[in-house]
Amino acid sequence: MTILPYLVAVWLFVVGMYGIVTSRNLVHQIISLSVVQASTYVLLLAVGYRAGATAPVFADISTTRPVVDPVVQALSLTDVVVGATVTALLLAVAVQIHKRTGTLDPEALLGRTDS
Amino acid sequence: MTPRVRRIVFLVAGGVFAVTLAWTFRALPSFGHFNGAYGTALSRVSVPERHITDAVTAVNFDYRGFDTLGEEFIFFAAVVGVALILRAQHGERAEHSADYATGRAVPPTSDAVRVLGLGLTPPTVLFGLYIVAHGHLTPGGGFQGGVVLATGVLLIYLAGEFDDLHGLYTETALERSEAIGAGGFIAIGLLGIAIGSALLDNVLPLGTTGSVFSAGIVPLINASVGLEIAAGLVLLLTMFLHQTIVLRETSP
Repeated sequence: MTILPYLVAVWLFVVGMYGIVTSRNLVHQIISLSVVQASTYVLLLAVGYRAGATAPVFADISTTRPVVDPVVQALSLTDVVVGATVTALLLAVAVQIHKRTGTLDPEALLGRTDS
Repeated sequence: MTPRVRRIVFLVAGGVFAVTLAWTFRALPSFGHFNGAYGTALSRVSVPERHITDAVTAVNFDYRGFDTLGEEFIFFAAVVGVALILRAQHGERAEHSADYATGRAVPPTSDAVRVLGLGLTPPTVLFGLYIVAHGHLTPGGGFQGGVVLATGVLLIYLAGEFDDLHGLYTETALERSEAIGAGGFIAIGLLGIAIGSALLDNVLPLGTTGSVFSAGIVPLINASVGLEIAAGLVLLLTMFLHQTIVLRETSP
């Protein structure tokens, strides 16, 4: 059995976390979070894959052809939408933080109390 | 905690986490041999039962339509949230064209970018409408098509300046479009209850499989979602772009 696609998901998750932990820029941290989220897309699509199967679209193929699982693909769509909304909200917060403090460095924001 | 200590702590914790996660994934179905009963059943019945040739759309907008309703409102709530976070703050004023480094002349947009941006806009909008309209037949749907539609507006911005967008739409119109799109999904869903069936149950004839006008209420829901996503994304874009011309009265 091959687990390479699952290992890709693990790698994306951990490398994204590394970005969040070590980054010195809030925007870079938000993009790192998107990388973590990308690992869930890979995981979902990898779980639903079937060897030798095609996309679950029957516009031009017979309904008896083996297809990959449509349920996890639908879940990936939800995943992408949630990921996009989280990114938008966090970027809005980052914009306000920069306006108020003039910096995007989380290190420099530590202990600041100004409003 | 210094960055160096934090890095070391993370490398240890992240390493343990990665190994544990990979070890857990061994219990997942072997890659390529997944045999989910629901997915198998749904991809067999979506064409005969619902006349929907894209099984993913069948799951999203029919069999799992209620979840997608919630998903749509996650997006709606996010747009409202961004509007709330980026609302005019005390002591802020709008100043024109501060989206470039001060003390440096603004380079004019090159004719090549202008022509390409404006030239690509009509095909992009058409493509977005196509993706929305064919959601039940081929890969696509309201979410994907809505994003493509919003890209058309982004291209106009790239071809010119932020101010060029002002004549194109008003924020009020966008807010209304987004609300109509979000409310439309619920209204279509309530039709099912109105005829004495369940929420989001199909109330329209299913039509001929493979035709644009088939699959009952699914194309209508896709159009509604497409309107909401396109309007919401353009609104997000406008709000973020607007921040480039907002300055705080007192510099930090």
